[in-house]
Amino acid sequence: MKVMVFIKGDQPSEAGVLPDAAFVAAMTAYNEQLVKAGVLLASEGLYPSAMGKRVKFSGSKATVIDGPFTEAKELIAGFWMWQVKSIDEAVEWVKRLPKPAGVDEGEIEIRPIFETPDFIAEVQAREGNANG
Amino acid sequence: MTDTDTQRAIDAVWRIESARLIAGLAHIVRDVGLAEDLAQDALVIALERWPQTGIPNNPGAWLMATAKHRAIDQWRRNSRLERKHAALGRELEIEQEIAQANFDAAPDDDVGDDLLRLMFTACHPVLSMEARVALTLRLLGGLTTYEIARAFLVPEATVAQRIVRAKRTLAEAHVPFEVPPKAERAARLSSVLEVIYLIFNEGYTATAGDDWMRPALCEDALRLGRILAELAPGEPEVHGLAALMEIQASRIRARVSPSGEPIPLLNQNRARWDRVLIRRGLAALARAEALGGALGPYALQAAIAACHARAPTAGETDWVRIAALYDALAELAPSPVVALNRAVAISMAYGPAAGLELVDDLLSEPSLKHYHYLPSVRGDLLAKLGRGDEARVEFERAAALTRNTRERELLLERARAAGKP
Repeated sequence: MKVMVFIKGDQPSEAGVLPDAAFVAAMTAYNEQLVKAGVLLASEGLYPSAMGKRVKFSGSKATVIDGPFTEAKELIAGFWMWQVKSIDEAVEWVKRLPKPAGVDEGEIEIRPIFETPDFIAEVQAREGNANG
Repeated sequence: MTDTDTQRAIDAVWRIESARLIAGLAHIVRDVGLAEDLAQDALVIALERWPQTGIPNNPGAWLMATAKHRAIDQWRRNSRLERKHAALGRELEIEQEIAQANFDAAPDDDVGDDLLRLMFTACHPVLSMEARVALTLRLLGGLTTYEIARAFLVPEATVAQRIVRAKRTLAEAHVPFEVPPKAERAARLSSVLEVIYLIFNEGYTATAGDDWMRPALCEDALRLGRILAELAPGEPEVHGLAALMEIQASRIRARVSPSGEPIPLLNQNRARWDRVLIRRGLAALARAEALGGALGPYALQAAIAACHARAPTAGETDWVRIAALYDALAELAPSPVVALNRAVAISMAYGPAAGLELVDDLLSEPSLKHYHYLPSVRGDLLAKLGRGDEARVEFERAAALTRNTRERELLLERARAAGKP
């Protein structure tokens, strides 16, 4: 199965504070472990929400809102896509993440990605409905 | 944590750690079967202790230390038994002290090399193909005997026996735990790639109706291929195989219709192709090409798959390039199926007459006698050349050969259309 793994934002990431060299080295080594295990599919860091935009839809109207957005905890600072045998394996890998110095709290969200049988079943259901 | 949560967490730790654990132990005890037994012993102890103590911070190190202690205990017990029967008491004590020193000294940073040694050993040509597949999935894939049995639609006892016999064969043949010497490297690597690709194809050709364990084999094979690419980055065919699997896997969601029927590549909805896997496949192919030299068979097949992957629509496919790649593949790894695919590519690139010439050369090929694709291709080319009656005969022949209902309907439809003036 595939999972998305989201690193939640926090005040430092929203403030655009770059992590120190030791942490960067630890994260590089961590990502290498993921590559060597055949687990890592994709990995990206995101700029703070101050550099982002949101598009809100209401009826036929679309409104563009510039960042920054409040609620740092609900924002995403980076993501991975992993190939794992189970969500429990993803949890084990997440537990091995290096911790940035001086940061006590953090949150990682893991979300399974749609699999083929779900997809087929869903399309079948929709096409079945369309044909009455 | 509930008991089920702990159990699942331990399973996950095993999935991550077992191959490295077995490889590291095999380095010490020089016997893959014994290494796995010791690893399993450590797992049993973990299953007893961790529900109470929680999972240790470094589970891999814990398992390794536990397995080593078990090995020393066993060695001591065996030595004591031997001493009862032999008069070599003092010599055995000295050997035991040396052995203990070796256990303590075995370096942990060798684990990459050990994993590679384990891969070569599990795929050793002295083993039957089925044994290699079972052993590889067990030792390197971390699959249980039950999971392997379900994936290959055989009884669990059969797989268990295969694995036991495989370990015995390796021990009796004194297969050394090593990366093969240069003279044997190419052939032995070929065997490893063959095993991994066989596992992939077993999953790839499984249909939607099958047990979900079967398509999951694709993921197991992909993972093994990626791991191998990091263990042997200097081998172009390793990257070639990884590229081929990534790109083929990118089409899994588009290959099957909502009703479960297979959809040929040229008719697939390309919006359903997995772009992440395509990107990875193209990157792996680039690594193979960057290593220089002529492309090997896996890299060539990957390059062909890449041509399709790069085309936004079927109509934009670079058939000239595909034809050239098939020319190379037909030289390097000739087979009737390759020849037929080459004929199709040439007909797409240079017109149906050129393709038909090559297809006609294959009509007496015994291995293609019952292959519906041959008359199907011939029918298509004849239809394009305006030879409708002959085309109809070929489509009807193809329809009679295929066991797929939807395919038969499509071929009969083409036969009807071809027969019209």
